[in-house]
Amino acid sequence: MTPPATSEGQPLLSVLIFAPLLVAAVAALLRSERLLRWWALAGTTTVALLSLRLWTGFHAGTADFQFVEHAAWIPWLKINYAVGIDGISLLLILLTTLIAPLCVLASWTYIQTRVKEFMICLLVMETAMIGVFCALDSILFFVFWESMLIPMTLLIGVWGGPRRIYASLKFFIYTMSGSIFLLVALIALRLQAGTFHIPDLMGRPYDPVFQCWIFAAFFISFAIKVPMFPFHTWLPAAHVEAPTAGSVLLASILLKMGTYGFLRFCLPITPHATRVFAPYILWLSVAAILYGAFAALAQSDLKKLVAYSSVGHMGFATFGIFALNARGLEGATLVMINHGITTGALFIAVGIIYERLHTRDLAAAAGIGKYMPVFSFFLGVFCLSSLAFPGTNSFIGEFLVLSGGFAVSKVLVACAVPGVIAAAAYNLRMLQRVAWGGTQNPGHAGLTDLNVREILALAPLLVFVFWIGLHPAPFVNAMHASVQHLLQQVGNLP
Amino acid sequence: MMTSRFILAFLPELVLLAGALGLFAITVSDAGPRRARTAALGLALATIVAAVFALGAQADLFSGAYRVDAFSQWLKLVFATGFAGIVLLSGDLPDIRNEIKSEYYLFVTLSVTGLVMLVSCVDVIALIVALELSSFPLYLLVPMRRERPGQRGQLESAIKYIMFGVAANGVMFFGLSYLFGLTGTLHLPEMIIRLQPFVHSPLAIAGLGLAFCGLYYKLAVFPFHFWTPDVYQGASNETAGLIASLPKVGAVAVLVRFVSLATPDNPTIVGVLTGLAIASMCYGNLIALVQKDFKRLLGFSSIAHAGYALMGFVALSQAGFTAALYYITGYLLMILACFVVICRVSRDGTNVAIAELAGLHRRSPLLAATLLVGVFALAGIPPFVGFMAKFSLLNAALARGNLALVIVAVVNSAIAIYYYLQVVRQAVFGESNAAAAEPITLTWPTCVLCVALIVGIVALGVMPGTVIDSISNSLAGVTAGPATALLGR
Repeated sequence: MTPPATSEGQPLLSVLIFAPLLVAAVAALLRSERLLRWWALAGTTTVALLSLRLWTGFHAGTADFQFVEHAAWIPWLKINYAVGIDGISLLLILLTTLIAPLCVLASWTYIQTRVKEFMICLLVMETAMIGVFCALDSILFFVFWESMLIPMTLLIGVWGGPRRIYASLKFFIYTMSGSIFLLVALIALRLQAGTFHIPDLMGRPYDPVFQCWIFAAFFISFAIKVPMFPFHTWLPAAHVEAPTAGSVLLASILLKMGTYGFLRFCLPITPHATRVFAPYILWLSVAAILYGAFAALAQSDLKKLVAYSSVGHMGFATFGIFALNARGLEGATLVMINHGITTGALFIAVGIIYERLHTRDLAAAAGIGKYMPVFSFFLGVFCLSSLAFPGTNSFIGEFLVLSGGFAVSKVLVACAVPGVIAAAAYNLRMLQRVAWGGTQNPGHAGLTDLNVREILALAPLLVFVFWIGLHPAPFVNAMHASVQHLLQQVGNLP
Repeated sequence: MMTSRFILAFLPELVLLAGALGLFAITVSDAGPRRARTAALGLALATIVAAVFALGAQADLFSGAYRVDAFSQWLKLVFATGFAGIVLLSGDLPDIRNEIKSEYYLFVTLSVTGLVMLVSCVDVIALIVALELSSFPLYLLVPMRRERPGQRGQLESAIKYIMFGVAANGVMFFGLSYLFGLTGTLHLPEMIIRLQPFVHSPLAIAGLGLAFCGLYYKLAVFPFHFWTPDVYQGASNETAGLIASLPKVGAVAVLVRFVSLATPDNPTIVGVLTGLAIASMCYGNLIALVQKDFKRLLGFSSIAHAGYALMGFVALSQAGFTAALYYITGYLLMILACFVVICRVSRDGTNVAIAELAGLHRRSPLLAATLLVGVFALAGIPPFVGFMAKFSLLNAALARGNLALVIVAVVNSAIAIYYYLQVVRQAVFGESNAAAAEPITLTWPTCVLCVALIVGIVALGVMPGTVIDSISNSLAGVTAGPATALLGR
């Protein structure tokens, strides 16, 4: 079933998964805060550089899992340590390793208390996130999935804003109740199929009714994580209260876990139920696109604005996934990556404003463009990317998703269009206020523009905005075979 | 030759009995409680060493009434480790009157001795003696708490504890008398074989059902739970820590021996067990939601956890028993982690309200971390042992097609998260008021205990392979008994 490892037998994925944990263990021994920050930055950057070897060693022509490692973990329960990646998880892992050092940079001066614990949480998160995207054993997947819960709750609850405790507990309870359904579904599958190995779970002729139950359990868990309308209410609270790095991790990586779960579990394991439920989920996605966009339009808090825009963007991702055709799926995967890049950058930008003004109020931030031209440049690019301006990354993704959706239902796409227009409106409104908002805020006179650290935190994301926007071929090619295979599994290949 | 094998097989018990005698000598001499504490700690370490030495021993002692096998030896090591944990956790017993502190250690030792013997007893009379030896010292420990004005709950708790205990044991003996009447033997392995022809008769089911009652009481299964929250609250923190941890492991171990009587298949017993498991989970979790006192909360949560552990017995399979034992071993570590925090946070040995945990992360980061790990493990979050153990229980129950039970358990896990989070919320996110904000200094034994518990909870959750295998293999001798013995005849 699985091909031999392509990485000359090196356990590259295990190294990537556990290197951040090792970095965290060493960080626990360090005393100086300065040294801690540099150590965390060096560690995450090394992991990012190491992950490039996945990119160079990856064979794009095949849909098989690559860099596979397999070892017995708990033989009594038939749980194995199995990791491996396909084109979709490859891109998400690279996104994770790219975002992690930027998170360290973004919290360089933002986090002043308990720096050590903060960095340890961040690094444990990275281990769990990479682990989720690599895991090929469903229980290993679940362990990594749940391991993110505690550090993320701590990130929000300890270093967050005024309503941090409410937000962190809401986040915890929401996600945990979702994942309990996931666990039951995984055990039920194991009893049907006799294995926890994800590739072996796929393509089995399960009973249609059984599939529907499994799909429902999966759906609740993943829909909460995405979060899909109407399960989204934890997201604005968590985003607004979390520190910058927490928001970035949430938006860029954690939300992708939900859509990744759809791609890895729902489509290939329960294809029949997927086809049954897809039309309804498409409507929910359209609802999310519209709801997210119009809610964002009404916000005066910058972070809330970006948070609601996330709901809309993730609506595009689920829309593409459940269109169940090649363009939709490729577009959805690109939207996932793009949202990670663009929204991550926007949260870093809002964090930069907050560090200078100690408020996230849109009116209070008006007009800082006069004093911060470099910042305005970055903000402008990311706002354009967020509204899917041609030439930026989001355009490619959303275009593919909509054209995939067009093949399914023109009515649905027509319904989603106001969401796209509203996205332009709220992004431009924010950009216009912040960059060219006049001089009604005299207190801004002393503002300093971005320093080198802040530019370094934003510049890599800027590169990817244009790279994916102008030359998406390498990214699409990497996942092409995997997407075709997925369509085959779901039985929708023409 | 024979004696040396005997001594090796009986080594942990011998060490404990000799230690108990030594402690008795200390209590009648005028050596202070410090000496008793050092002696108890030394004894605990010696017991661990002895249990490790005796790990591979196999023997039938005392005319077959006492069986030393992999199952019992493995559990003895668990008890010895737990004993060391309890002594470390007790510190210098702030809430016990100074003149009876030495006696406190003596009673703890006697109770542990009873538990260690309990897991080896295969004769009903010996088992009852061991059970009482493990119980009676606990009845005495509860009222040893210092009296304060307005707080005399310890006596009420003690009376509740002893009355329920004696009543539950009486019911158990009554049930055992039925089994004796049916089979004409007191030897458990023999009883398993002779009971097979009548195992579905009403008399056998009544006998089995009643015989379990004494163990339900120890485990605090609904409806034998009434003592739990009151005793947890009324007993001193250290005593509650003991009552909450080691006897539960003993109860599960003996339950494994008894439930083997009902294998391979007994719908009535399974039905009763399922009902009790569901009732315990729901009752414990729902009442725990409104608790303000941390020990009371743990008391109600222990009722729920007893329900989870019973899930393993519902399967009536070796996988289920293994899961139950694994679960209760993990539970031992988790509950000790919670109680070490209670004992250290408590000012002058008073009870700890959940609100008093506020700001613990500033007062003592290590304690906060211990509490975080312990509570999240109890809530069943990976990578801690609580998750893997609950997972193996669910797996065993689902394998027998017990979907309703699994769904109830899952819903209950979700409910439980809420009250566990309240604890975390205070300890890690909360800010203390200025009056109670002074930092807590920990002695090095406490630090060692905290770190050991954290490491144990994570290691048992991430790498349970060897532990589960050893439980599973040792169980083969206990549960495969009836089938193979029948074939042999």
